[in-house]
Amino acid sequence: MLSMTVVPGKDKGKVKLYTLSTCVWCKKVKKLLNELKVAYDYVDVDLLEEEAKAEAKEEVAKFNPACSFPTLVLNDKKCIVGFDEGKINQELG
Amino acid sequence: MADQGKIEELFNKLSSEAEAGGYHLNPDKDFTKELVNGLLVNEERYGYPACPCRLASGNKAADLDIICPCDYRDPDLTDYGACYCALYVSDEVLAGRKKLASIPERRLAIEPQAGLKEKSAILPEKLAFPVWRCKVCGYLCAREQPPEVCPICKAKKERFEKFF
Ligand code: SF4
Repeated sequence: MLSMTVVPGKDKGKVKLYTLSTCVWCKKVKKLLNELKVAYDYVDVDLLEEEAKAEAKEEVAKFNPACSFPTLVLNDKKCIVGFDEGKINQELG
Repeated sequence: MADQGKIEELFNKLSSEAEAGGYHLNPDKDFTKELVNGLLVNEERYGYPACPCRLASGNKAADLDIICPCDYRDPDLTDYGACYCALYVSDEVLAGRKKLASIPERRLAIEPQAGLKEKSAILPEKLAFPVWRCKVCGYLCAREQPPEVCPICKAKKERFEKFF
């Protein structure tokens, strides 16, 4: 199991965020989730060891075949790619 | 986090190079400096300034297309007014006539070089010099070897391809 950082907040279902530590759009998504006070788990994929990195890439690719970041996965079903403020507000606001 | 002085230094260098080549850095300085920090972090950990918003493999040959400025910057500037990270922006964005947003990833969506081969088929067979093309900005030059650095976008020699 990929270990993710838990951010406490309001329960809006399972919210998983895959990011890169150097990506500014990824930081914007984190900031927005923090502002919305939503509980979520995130992982900075570029900081992982090779094995965990491969696992994370696989998880992301299931929802977003381009395997780009940020990728936000809701309840293992819905996926929001990129910093899409409108969609994030709509789903989690 | 890279050293503040280094961030300033690279920011100033990229900014003047961009303007000299007809490009613009994102005028949101805080945003841009965070990306410049990302470039320095990647330079440090991979040995080359891979795109801060993409997952680099650490293998330079496989990552050549995403060394900043990446091969996708110019088409993204044309289509969306910004590169994928929004480090570079178009005139329209700079003038505030277009709003920035995060844009789709172009990297996997294209067949590398597919269009080029067809085009080169109609070209003359013998040239006095080979013609080299900068994969980042499209600059062409006819000489035995590509230049060390692209005079337009400052991409390094390894980013050139033999065009014909
Ligand atoms: S030019 Fe390409 S590599 Fe450089 S910051 Fe923009 S998207 Fe990333």
